Order: sequence, then C-alpha cells, then structure tokens
Amino acid sequence: MKKLFVYATVALALGLGPVKAAEPTGILNVSYDVSRELYEQVNKAFTAAYKKEAGKDITVNQSHAGSSKQARSILEGLEADVVTFNQVTDVQVLHDKGNFIPADWQSRLPNNSSPYYSLPAFLVRAGNPKHIKNWDDLVRDDVKVIFPNPKTSGNARYTYLAAYAYALEANNKDQAKAQDFVKKLFANVPVFDTGGRAATTTFAERGIGDVLITFEAEVLGTRKQLGEDKYEAVVPPVSLLAEFPVTVVDKVVDKRGSRAIAENYLKFLYTPEGQDILAQNFNRVNDETIKAKYAAQFPETRLVTVEDVFGGWDKLSKEHFAEGGILDKVFTKR
Amino acid sequence: MQTAADLAAPAKMQSSRRHGQRPARTAHWLLILAAMALSALFIGVPIAVIFTYALREGISVYIAQITQPATLHAIWLTVLTAIVVVPINMVFGICVAWLVTRFRFPGRRLLITFIEIPFSVSPIVAGVTYLFLYGSQGLLGPLLESHDIKIMFTVPAIFLVSLFVTSPFVARELIPLMQAQGSEDEEAAITLGATGLQTFFYVTLPNIRWALLYGAVLCNARVMGEFGAVSVVSGAIRGQTNTLPLQIELLFNDYNVTGAFAASSTLALIAVVTLILKYVLERKQAG
Repeated sequence: MKKLFVYATVALALGLGPVKAAEPTGILNVSYDVSRELYEQVNKAFTAAYKKEAGKDITVNQSHAGSSKQARSILEGLEADVVTFNQVTDVQVLHDKGNFIPADWQSRLPNNSSPYYSLPAFLVRAGNPKHIKNWDDLVRDDVKVIFPNPKTSGNARYTYLAAYAYALEANNKDQAKAQDFVKKLFANVPVFDTGGRAATTTFAERGIGDVLITFEAEVLGTRKQLGEDKYEAVVPPVSLLAEFPVTVVDKVVDKRGSRAIAENYLKFLYTPEGQDILAQNFNRVNDETIKAKYAAQFPETRLVTVEDVFGGWDKLSKEHFAEGGILDKVFTKR
Repeated sequence: MQTAADLAAPAKMQSSRRHGQRPARTAHWLLILAAMALSALFIGVPIAVIFTYALREGISVYIAQITQPATLHAIWLTVLTAIVVVPINMVFGICVAWLVTRFRFPGRRLLITFIEIPFSVSPIVAGVTYLFLYGSQGLLGPLLESHDIKIMFTVPAIFLVSLFVTSPFVARELIPLMQAQGSEDEEAAITLGATGLQTFFYVTLPNIRWALLYGAVLCNARVMGEFGAVSVVSGAIRGQTNTLPLQIELLFNDYNVTGAFAASSTLALIAVVTLILKYVLERKQAG
C-alpha cells in the first residue's frame, strides 16, 4: 500500500507537469534582470492595444534574470516566444548554439532589432565635487571609480569598451596607449563587485568611490530612486552605443503557433506609445516625436559603435574577452 | 554529518558534566555574555532589519507589497512545493530508515552515506545536474521532447530538485532513533500475531512519530527556503514558476527594497513558526 501511495504521489506530481498546449492566449517574454518594471508597463499597454485591435484578451508572461543565464535556459527548453535582452551576444547564442533563430535576426526589425538603446554614463555625488566630466577624469589619481567586474558583468564590459574606445580616439588608435589607459582606470577601482546591483550598493550605501559607471538608463533610474538631491548624472561627450536587442524565437513560436502575437508585441515597442514608455524609463529611443518630448532628459552626446571601433562582436569577443585576451592582460596586471 | 554515534555523545557529556565540578563563576558568566552578544549581533540584528525595512513605509504599504499578484503567487507556489515534497520525503525517509535499521545487507553503510549526498553537494550542482539530465540539450532531452513531455522550467522541475535537496532530512532523524530503539517491540508484535501493516501502524509509527514530525518540519523549512537549485531549473516565469526566494531576489534587483523585505518577512515568519514547532517536538521527543 505504501508503494501505491508513492506511485500515486509521483503520478500526481507529474500530472501537473506537461504544459497545457491549448490555443496560445499568451506569450512569454524572457528578459534581463533589471527590466521588470519597464516591461510591466509595456505589457499593460500592449494587452490593452491588442484587445482594441484584435478583440482578444492575451497575457504576456515575464521571466527576468541575467541575460546569459536566460539564453542558456532557452537553449535547455525554456519556451520563450520573444527575448528582450541587453546583450547582442546573448541573442546571437540562440542562433549559434541551437539554431533557434535565423542568422539574419538583427535585420528583421529597425535599428538592428534594438527598439531602444543606452550608453555607459556616470553617476556622481551631489555638486560633482571632483569635477568628473569625461573619461580622462576617471584615470586621475584623486578619483575612485566604481563599476562591477568586467569578467562577470556585461554592464561592466560596456564600461571597459567605452573607455577603451575613448582612449583609442584620443591616442590616434594606438592600441598600447589605450591599454595603458584602461589599466589606469582599473587601478582606480577599489572594489570589483560581481554585478551592477552590488556595485550600486557599494557606491550608494557603503559610500565608496566618487563615480559609479553604468548604463545611462540605470544612472537616471538610480538617481530618481536614491534621491535627486544626493546624486547627479553626467553624460560624457562621447560614449559607446549599447543596444537592447529583441527577437522572436522562431523555433518556439512556430511550435506554439504564437508567431502573430509575438511579432505584434515586438512591433509595439517601436510604436509611439511603446517608445514613450521606454523613454519614461530612461531609455533612449529613435522615434522623432518621442525624442523631442524627452530631449531635456537626454543630453547630446556622440556615440561610437562596436562595429566601427572594434569590428563587430565576433572579432571583439575573440580579441578582448577570450581567455588570455586584452581584458585578461590589462585586468590582471593592474 | 551527524551519525548515530554523534547523537549519543551529547547525552554522555551531559551526564559527566552533572557529576563534574562547576566551572569558575566569572568565566561562566563571561562565556554566556559573549554567546548572547554574538547571537544578538549575528542573528538578532539581521532578523530585526528584515522587519524594520519591511514595515518602514507603514503597514498598508507592507500589505500592498505582500498582496501583489506576483508575490502572492510566489507564496502559493512555495507552499504548494512543500505540500508535495514533504509527504514524499516522509515516506522515503521511513522506507530508508526501516531498510537500514531493520535489515543487515552488504552495502548498508554505503547506502547510509549515499542518502546524505544531497547534504554535501551544493544545491546549484543539483540544479545543473537536473538540467543536464532533463534539459533540451541534456541526456534525456531528445527522448522527452519526442514524447512532448516538458519537465525543465515547469512547476514539476521545482518539485524534483526540492525533493533531491531535502531527501535526507527525515531519514537522518529516523535512523539514529530506530537504531537505538531496536526491533524488540516489532518482534513482539509479530510473535503475538500482528500482520506487517498492523505492526507498522500500531508499533513502529507511534514509536517514531515525533522524530518523523521533527524531520518533516526541518524538511519543510528547507524546501521553502531553497534558492540555488530552484533558480537553475525554474525559468523564473513571474506568476508561474517563481518561488518566494526567487521573487525576493527579483524584487531586490529591481531596487524594490520594501517589497523584497516584505516578501522576506513571510519567509522569516515561516522560519519562526518552524523553530517553535521544532522546540515543541524536541520536548515531546525527549519526554
């Protein structure tokens, strides 16, 4: 009888298992870790718009975690209809490792399939006492800089690349001098946290450092959260374009029959309504009217791209981030 | 890891202390004071912080945070996981304890060590192992997919890893007790004509009930708090596969400090209830 009970319980547990494969009335958006409130607003607006247009109630479910982990989970079976990530490489993995999306995924939607973008910017203490304005201020002897470990954090890799790109430009593309520059930058970092959230805590709650470097969207969001009288945002005159790529996961939507909703969802991000929500959450967008509306929030700056400076993500990963690459060289010998 | 011998040791120590001489008074009090201060600093303060932060914006904000649909669902999923996992592990624990304390067979000691493996490996290893077994690119992945069975990133995946991580709890409580009790009672029952089932329900079960409940309480606490293994296999779909510990991390990453601490306070409350139950059960067991 005991055996029977075990079987019954196991059967019960498994019975709850297989996902209901009914007509899709919803999609799953698998996203990066700090985007929860943003997509909560987007989803609310989208479901309302979809109901008006197609007359159907749908739900958009959300999953949030580090985007590399999310990509891995999708490859292992997490059924994401769309992904909205903060790293181009993490989307590319879905093609390279499992053929979940076609090779040309980036050309399927405008702006490299990136409905919004951001850039590494600075958060400084009120009044900017150390007069930090540009990247070369960060290597001064009297400045302590906070950003996470570039070996573990995608966010910090952008900081590293932006600093490197700045130094290349300032030194006539001299690689050796650019490497010296980032070495000096690393030497000014008192603690390397593993992720962006921890680095913010180090800067704000432990009061360590003069400047925190992270995406502009987070700089502005953190400032609003922690007190606009206590911190100031500084956008350097030149920085690196950070794209937030999105795509439909073809293998999943074709299996579930949810392609129409999924594509609709991503297109919504490009509509004025979608762009407005994105800009409200401190992301830069390309829609001209929305751009004008939020012009005061986003100071003018010149953005360089990974393609122009580093010859694309593929080449960049091999030269800089591979084992024994440039990052290892400048990071360990600091 | 505790073994039956370790469990027997404190009893011996206690009795020898009773007969030995009293320690010097000042040293005695200093030690007590140090222990109290350290417990307050390392345990009391963090727990106080949880509730202070959870309630710092007032009780109505606290309630609003807890009753957010995503947090409510996380609480429900965590409770559901415990409802499924704890009974299975109780049955498993009884079976194993019965087997290794009532029978002699080659590999018995090895089996005792073997069931404690979940204690000695990190939960993240458990999660990753299950992923490599049942994930799409894992060993059984293609087979499961061809039958359209999905395990990873669903609720049963959470049950499975929780089962793995907490499987030793009940067995570990029962084995030393059943070893100490011996099988005389059961042999007597059988001799008097009781059937196997009668022996189990009228003799064995009453003898082990408090230890069994004690193990269940510990198992329950661990199931509800499990983070590492669940984090790997859950997929963290909000309102579907997000357990309470995962929801807390999510809220914290979102800079929603009050929400994170409000959710934490529910886990802390469960922990307090567990401790009280544990205390009561320990007294029952001793008495």
